[in-house]
Amino acid sequence: MAKPGKRHLFDDPKNIRRVIHALYALCAVSVLAELVVHRHVVHPWEGLFSFYSLYGFIGIVVLVLVSKELRKIVRREEDYYDD
Amino acid sequence: MTSIAPFLIFFLGAALALVTGGILRSAIMLAVPLLGGLNLLLLADGNAAQIHLFDYTLTLVRVDKLSFLFGILFHLAAFLAILFSLHVKDRMQNVSGLVYAGSALGAVFAGDLLSLFVFWEILAVSSAFLVLAARSATSYGATMRYLLFQILSGVVLLAGVLVYAHQTGSIAFGKMALDGLGPWLIFLAIGIKCGFPLLHNWLTDAYPQSTPTGAVFLSAFTTKVAVYALARSFAGTEILIYIGAAMTMFPIFFAVIENDLRRVLSYSMINQIGFMVCGIGLGSALAVNGAVSHAFNDVIFKGLLFMSMGAVMLRTGTTKASELGGLYKSMPWTTGFCIVGAASISAFPLFSGFVSKSMVMVAALEDGHPIIWLALLFASAGVLEHAGIKIPFFAFFAHDAGHRVPEAPKNMLIAMGIAAVVCIFNGTYPWVLYSLLPFPVDYAPYTSDHVLTQVQLLLFASLGVAVLMQTRLYPPEVPGVNIDAEWSYRKALPAVARWVARASGRVRWAALARAEKGIERFLGQIHKHHGPQGILARTWPTGSMAFWATVLLAIYLVAYYV
Repeated sequence: MAKPGKRHLFDDPKNIRRVIHALYALCAVSVLAELVVHRHVVHPWEGLFSFYSLYGFIGIVVLVLVSKELRKIVRREEDYYDD
Repeated sequence: MTSIAPFLIFFLGAALALVTGGILRSAIMLAVPLLGGLNLLLLADGNAAQIHLFDYTLTLVRVDKLSFLFGILFHLAAFLAILFSLHVKDRMQNVSGLVYAGSALGAVFAGDLLSLFVFWEILAVSSAFLVLAARSATSYGATMRYLLFQILSGVVLLAGVLVYAHQTGSIAFGKMALDGLGPWLIFLAIGIKCGFPLLHNWLTDAYPQSTPTGAVFLSAFTTKVAVYALARSFAGTEILIYIGAAMTMFPIFFAVIENDLRRVLSYSMINQIGFMVCGIGLGSALAVNGAVSHAFNDVIFKGLLFMSMGAVMLRTGTTKASELGGLYKSMPWTTGFCIVGAASISAFPLFSGFVSKSMVMVAALEDGHPIIWLALLFASAGVLEHAGIKIPFFAFFAHDAGHRVPEAPKNMLIAMGIAAVVCIFNGTYPWVLYSLLPFPVDYAPYTSDHVLTQVQLLLFASLGVAVLMQTRLYPPEVPGVNIDAEWSYRKALPAVARWVARASGRVRWAALARAEKGIERFLGQIHKHHGPQGILARTWPTGSMAFWATVLLAIYLVAYYV
């Protein structure tokens, strides 16, 4: 059980910023690494520079934004099915 | 040393659990999967136990690489689920859990379609009790709908088996082609249990309504028996590629906006099964290996995620994201185990999803399905969003919802710990799992290329979520239900039925009124003919009766010859 009054890791906004900054740094490193790693390409699409990075980023943004629109159509009150 | 059919140990254990209680029952339950595991090791390859029934030979135990792999998996899953639920002193759940796991083993070792059908039905009924055991009005409704679908699957399977047996004269549970009614019915029956699109809502409906521990059992067996049956009978069936791809795609949209985290996991489950179904449809050695190894890993990491949500449910009474947050302060161990499960399902290098899912993806590309590959890649990013980030983030971090609860019970922590170790073991040292696969493995997951591209995909997808959250474009977690295909039978169909009842009511009144007039007219006619002055009221001679009888006979005779 958490002790009341105790300061926890993410109670300090500085630590949240640290996590975000670490993510930025790792993203940058992963793109730069592609310059030195030998790529074995099965299909030309995945040979495009940083294809996976772009696809991952754009894919998830599209996914979340489309889902937001979907929610407008499909969301109902919690007791919707209770007759 | 001789061995016995694996399901017998579980059914025997269930019978013992039924009549015992307390520590003794707990000990029996833990001993069952352990003894079962020993028994399994004694089951030699090619081992078969057969009984004869009328004209057919039933093969209760058929051991080959495919059934053996699922045998190991189900023993491991049963052990983890039993350990996780060891504190539960509920005879209904304890017994049905053992019967359920046993019938799953019966199904995967069944060598003929009739035995498969029998275990298919026991699987359906025993699992329903794990939903029913939540003992609420909503879980009762969900149980009934769940049973409806499961029994329907059983009936369709039986019909398919009978047609198939009639057409081919064989009840062998083996490879079949989708030609003719029999195989199609069998395919449909498996599809219902597998959660094919539009047939999937029994899963998202019932699993979140089950008990905190029941969901851990449920997540392991039913759908994986269906995946096994597909791999056994329909590997290389092209339509499965597209069905599988659809299954990976549509649930991820629902998972983003779903508030109940156990329902998020249910949608996630359909998504993961989609990868397996797709791999089975591709049918190459690499693809089928990928599909079944992913089934193995999925049972463990999805089980782990359901365990962590079960622990949250037990301690806070809810798994709704809008009511959770900040639990890492109270439940640090559960948080850590949940993150291992999240990393595994997202397929981070060193975690189990990484070594299995990619086989299906590579197979899709190598077999010339680049569009399917793009869909699977998109779905992989989607998995990271809902299972990799959303589940741990909204339950354990996000804004502090103020829950100050004890950490999960010891037995739950140990079960989660073992599952986490298996996830990391399979992720870092996949060769044991690979050696159990149905085809020889010629695949190296840890190439610098694969590690780099997967890390790029996951990091930048995480970046996408981070950007959306910081710009407040990310949809907030709000209470509510999202309507899905189930709307058709939970809202539309009842509404249609009510309308028909009302309309037929009106029609009936109109018909009754018409009928009343008709009867009055009819009575008038009778009065006219039979009344004191009526033609039929006159007395007739017997001769005329004989005449008319002869006429009738003649007509009959003529009609007979014609």
